[in-house]
Amino acid sequence: MAECHPVGFQWVVEARARGAKVFHVDPRFTRTSALADRHLPIRAGSDIVLLGALINHVLANELDFREYVLAYTNAAALVSEDFRDTEDLDGLFSGFDPETRTYDPSSWSYESTGEQAPGETLEGGLHHAKAAGADRYGSGGAAAHPSPPKDPTLRHPRCVYQILRRHFARYTPELVERLCGIPPEDFAELADAITANSGRERTTAWVYSVGWTQHTVGAQYIRTAAILQLLLGNMGRPGGGILALRGHASIQGSTDIPTLFNILPGYLAMPHAHRHENLDDYLEREGGETGFWGNRRSYLVSLLKAWWGEAATEENDFCFGHLPRLTGDHGHYTTVMGQIDGTVKGYFVVGENPAVGSSGGRAQRLGLANLDWLVVRDLTLVETATFWKDGPELETGEMRTEDIATEVFFLPAASHVEKEGTFTNTQRLLQWREKALDPVGDCRSDLWFYYHLGRLLRERLTGDEIDRPLRELTWDYPEEGEHRDPSAAAVLREINGVGPDGRALSSSTQLRPDGSTACGCWIYCGVYAGEVNHAARRRPGREQTPVAPEWGWAWPANRRILYNRASADPEGRPWSERKAYVWWDAERGEWTGHDVPDFERNKPPDYVPPEGARAEAALAGTDPFIMQSDGKGWLYVPAGLADGPLPAHYEPHESPVRNPLYGRQSNPARRIYARRESPYNPPGSPRFPYVLTTYRLTEHHTAGAMSRPLAYLAELQPELFCEVSPELAAELGLVNGGWATIVTSRTVIEARVLVTGRVRPLRIQGRTVHQVGLPYHWGWGGGGLVTGDVTNDLLPLVLDPNVYIQESKAVTCDVRPGRRPRGRAALDLLEVYRHD
Amino acid sequence: MTERMGFFTDTSVCIGCKACEVACKEWNQLPDDGFVFEATSYDNTGQLGASTWRHVAFIEQTRTVRMKEDEGDSGVDRWLMSSDVCKHCTHAACLDVCPTGALFRTEFGTVVVQEDICNGCGYCVPACPFGVIDRREGDGRAWKCTMCYDRQRGGLEPACAKACPTDSIQFGPLDELRERAEDRLERLHADGRSEARLYGESPDDGVGGAGAFFLLLDEPEVYGLPPDPVVTTRDLPSMWRWAGAAALSVAGAVAVAFAGGFAGFRDGGRR
Amino acid sequence: MVPEAEFRSYYGRPVIKAPIWHEPHMPTYLYLGGLSGVSSMMAVVAGFTGHHRLARTTRVAAALGAAAGAGLLAAELGRPERFLNMLRVFKPTSPMSVGSWILAAQGGLSAVAASSELTGSLPVVGDAAVLATGVTGPLTATYTAVLVADTAVPAWHEAYRELPFLFAGSALASAGALGMLATPRAEAGPARAVAVLGAAMETVSGVVMERRLGQAAEPYRQGRAGRLMRSARALTAGGGLLAAVAGRSRTVTALSGLALTAGALCTRFGILAAGRASAADPKYTVVPQRQRLDGERPA
Repeated sequence: MAECHPVGFQWVVEARARGAKVFHVDPRFTRTSALADRHLPIRAGSDIVLLGALINHVLANELDFREYVLAYTNAAALVSEDFRDTEDLDGLFSGFDPETRTYDPSSWSYESTGEQAPGETLEGGLHHAKAAGADRYGSGGAAAHPSPPKDPTLRHPRCVYQILRRHFARYTPELVERLCGIPPEDFAELADAITANSGRERTTAWVYSVGWTQHTVGAQYIRTAAILQLLLGNMGRPGGGILALRGHASIQGSTDIPTLFNILPGYLAMPHAHRHENLDDYLEREGGETGFWGNRRSYLVSLLKAWWGEAATEENDFCFGHLPRLTGDHGHYTTVMGQIDGTVKGYFVVGENPAVGSSGGRAQRLGLANLDWLVVRDLTLVETATFWKDGPELETGEMRTEDIATEVFFLPAASHVEKEGTFTNTQRLLQWREKALDPVGDCRSDLWFYYHLGRLLRERLTGDEIDRPLRELTWDYPEEGEHRDPSAAAVLREINGVGPDGRALSSSTQLRPDGSTACGCWIYCGVYAGEVNHAARRRPGREQTPVAPEWGWAWPANRRILYNRASADPEGRPWSERKAYVWWDAERGEWTGHDVPDFERNKPPDYVPPEGARAEAALAGTDPFIMQSDGKGWLYVPAGLADGPLPAHYEPHESPVRNPLYGRQSNPARRIYARRESPYNPPGSPRFPYVLTTYRLTEHHTAGAMSRPLAYLAELQPELFCEVSPELAAELGLVNGGWATIVTSRTVIEARVLVTGRVRPLRIQGRTVHQVGLPYHWGWGGGGLVTGDVTNDLLPLVLDPNVYIQESKAVTCDVRPGRRPRGRAALDLLEVYRHD
Repeated sequence: MTERMGFFTDTSVCIGCKACEVACKEWNQLPDDGFVFEATSYDNTGQLGASTWRHVAFIEQTRTVRMKEDEGDSGVDRWLMSSDVCKHCTHAACLDVCPTGALFRTEFGTVVVQEDICNGCGYCVPACPFGVIDRREGDGRAWKCTMCYDRQRGGLEPACAKACPTDSIQFGPLDELRERAEDRLERLHADGRSEARLYGESPDDGVGGAGAFFLLLDEPEVYGLPPDPVVTTRDLPSMWRWAGAAALSVAGAVAVAFAGGFAGFRDGGRR
Repeated sequence: MVPEAEFRSYYGRPVIKAPIWHEPHMPTYLYLGGLSGVSSMMAVVAGFTGHHRLARTTRVAAALGAAAGAGLLAAELGRPERFLNMLRVFKPTSPMSVGSWILAAQGGLSAVAASSELTGSLPVVGDAAVLATGVTGPLTATYTAVLVADTAVPAWHEAYRELPFLFAGSALASAGALGMLATPRAEAGPARAVAVLGAAMETVSGVVMERRLGQAAEPYRQGRAGRLMRSARALTAGGGLLAAVAGRSRTVTALSGLALTAGALCTRFGILAAGRASAADPKYTVVPQRQRLDGERPA
């Protein structure tokens, strides 16, 4: 965190100054470790073992926050008789289809009550897996029965609590030592610290970043932490939670108002070409009827009204037919394969540098070289725009400039100080930024670009029916300044939404399913309440309460902690004075507290939903997780995940270690590309004996386009280097400051050597496993003052099945002393590695 | 003079992000120092210089760590980071020896080079007991930290302190900082971190106390700092006395040589 | 051999900055300053004792030495066009400021003295100027020792007692040698005597300095500085001996004068090289300071 989020890390430093104990779990000793109380070196790719063992420790010793667990989680729910665990099926859950390598999740559901909740059986399965369906639940949840059969004594063998106990029973401190390389006494220290710091009086927070997500079981890493935090009662409470640190500024914003292929604003599912013929079809199939997600018709209709205005009417399904449709996986890596196959002809690359920043760079560049046209918008002339004249494949002879027919359009972009608008941070906090100066030359903001592109396209439209969605689109933003910049404030106001009177709405609860309201993103509704840009509020923290509600605006409804009903006990009283946050004021009949209560303001704790209630009315006064169809925190996920209702430890796709837990070495549902462009290192291969992990440095930003051209940053880390332990250096003859060559099946690169005791060999299953670390900020050009080989070229194209993120934190490699071979000789070396 | 202002750099909370280095260079519009991979932990800057007025040192330290199978390994368990800067000494050698008056003491008690006066004689460079100030090749003048004199005059804190995310770099009236540092030291000692010590805070040291002082977690020399720096001009009066004696001996020697007391040195003609 | 001192450092990097002064400018200036200063002193005495040829030679040498030295100093500046900023203030705390004023006086006075001597005009003014250089001359020859000693460079600073005598000796030898070479043998006797005394003073003070400094003297013995200092000592001692026995031999006088000149230059280059070496190795900065601290600490 200190490495990649130094500004946020100040709060960890402050917490420590106030007595918090900080553990840092990381393969390497980093700048974060330097300020932590304890650094636990771990083998990259083994975190579920560690977290699972903590869960086992909590369950086996009954250290869970029982009152919280019983009231607020699905621990007592009974699961279907058909469910089989990985313990029963040697690493598979029930429902696996080896043909398609996907799960049919119907056997994971809660025990039937006779009537099946709509949608429940529809989540998951092949179509779900093919469109990263699980990625859609950032705000809503998959549907599950609102009130399944329960055993409040938690003794029933099929209740979630008992399933968890059995599932994690083999995740012991000994296994942690064997697979993670963490000694039992260190594990005990961690286990004691988190349990001692959880409960009524205290809370524990987990903070993660892409070290947890970029795995073939990435989503399940987070799930494991979620189970632990729910068991310890650390969700929805101050000082608790699982804090995701993002990879870029406003990555949260770019999923809220998505740049992802499979969702619409506010985590509404992108309609599918064959499953969603019309609006009713879609609404019926995408989610349950209970919880706030039950109002999704209001959210979607308001979105359609925002986009198509007057043209969207009840009669034409509010232009639902105008929405583009999915036909399958249109994720990043599949798109690249489509380029190579010639089915994808054109490509917009905006603020991204896949030729350097994405896994398997060679495949990326092969794809780029096979396009008809390519538009690149960036601050500098990034490698993605210049691969055709200076890419590494020219050196090896795999490509020749004269053979590449791609027409490349490079459009210079304005930087964040040259445009106005909001950033949304990981706390869901929208912060408005003013423009500090005008962009130079032809540089323009993305907002300018898309607005004027849309305007020019619309000018060229004919009366043709196929043009109707574009023709009817609302595209009427006020223009400002010399370059006719569309007003960013007007866009934010459109996102906020307006009521029938044309005035800005103040809450998503005002949204209506009848087309009388328009709202560009239902979770952002309220950011412009009272015609005021609340994201622009800058009242200093010292002038307000510690929750600081008047700094920026957090979705939803300016709540700073989600699900904060859980900070009070079932009767609505704070769990303790020390941890009081929101509570029920019986006299005034409303929820109150330091934050905006994440609950219907006047729903009393003893509210019991009447039979047949829908949406939020179907949730009891003790159901804090209001987006879930049952209002509970899910220890066990009966629907919605592509690779199982519970996390299980699978080895990374490429690992030097055998999985001792199950016959299944790796996540059986992981997405692999069986193609020539995507070769893999065989698991356990002696050719690739070392664990390779990749990461960033404080001094650079991602693929380097924003830092390599800046002298003040580039001089601080001028060259690509690999970090190796003194032991590995001695074994291989690597010299500090010298050169090393790193090889995977994909490519061979060179890096300077940094021999450091901050990387240490681990004892795994009785033998020494060496780890090699590589930052990935360098490339061959991009206007950089410094250059270097592309680390990401080493990485395999293998993905988590839920969210399609690549596994870049744990792969295998070989390391050789000295510089790499050049040109053809580099390919020859690769051939040796691939076939020997 | 208004109140003397200073820096307290608490290295126990430094995360080595180098924001101070970057903010300093950006505000003061300094050139880069070259793009060289030094293989010295995460430090590719090396030292303070004419174009680097904040420098973050990285020190990896190993204590023998017990592993299973009874073997020790060389794992690092302490990574010290410290942002070095000009000390703005009470008795500043650079200021003392500057022949042109380009270096002067500001109303904030800091030591600053006037770039329109410095003629690049370079005398301040070896005079500094901390190796801070340096002459910039190509430009020809001596440069060092000004404690953002321009920002201070505008009522702003120096760029490095402003950018520091963890308050490792604190800026303020020196007296106040010294008190704060004492409190911090006490607290660290109470927490069992007996290795913590202050460096440069004492007005009794060889430079009369630094305007920029530090809380360190090891001996100063580990961070590249002199353990007991002394302002070089402390011995100047004595130096002049010895030089005066030598000058007299020159006069004496010449007189003696001409006085003709030496056989064989008489002018050949008169021999 | 002194056992290698145990000390800690930051990647072996120097603690202090090495002097940035360049070769040949700075050491040549030290030589020329010494030459000019002692030449002036010789001119004064030669005038009183009736050594007219020697007086003429030394007056000219003093003027040329000071002028050339000032030129080298200006060239050494990062901003030579701001040379006159040296006379912007007078700072007693800055040996370079004091030295600039001394050099300015020495240069001006010796120039007046030399032009009067060469043109024969204004002889009273010339003589008065010469007389005044009797004060500025010895200062010009020795202030440079304070100039280098008043730095944080251990090999220089620690040697602040002996360096003035080393510089004085070297200056005497330099001026004596030039006097020997440029004056008819008949009048060169006092010059040879000056050279011999200078050689002796330089040699003795050099030995004393290295003895007293201990570890701080290492840079004078090792590497390039060591080679220069050893050559200087051989040339100076040899030249001095030759001067003592040169008598009327033209060849021996020439050899002696050249050896002394070469020795003086080697000394000046050696001093700079030793200073740089002493600054470059953190050992010389850290070890004595650490010992000082540990000595102060109660047992």
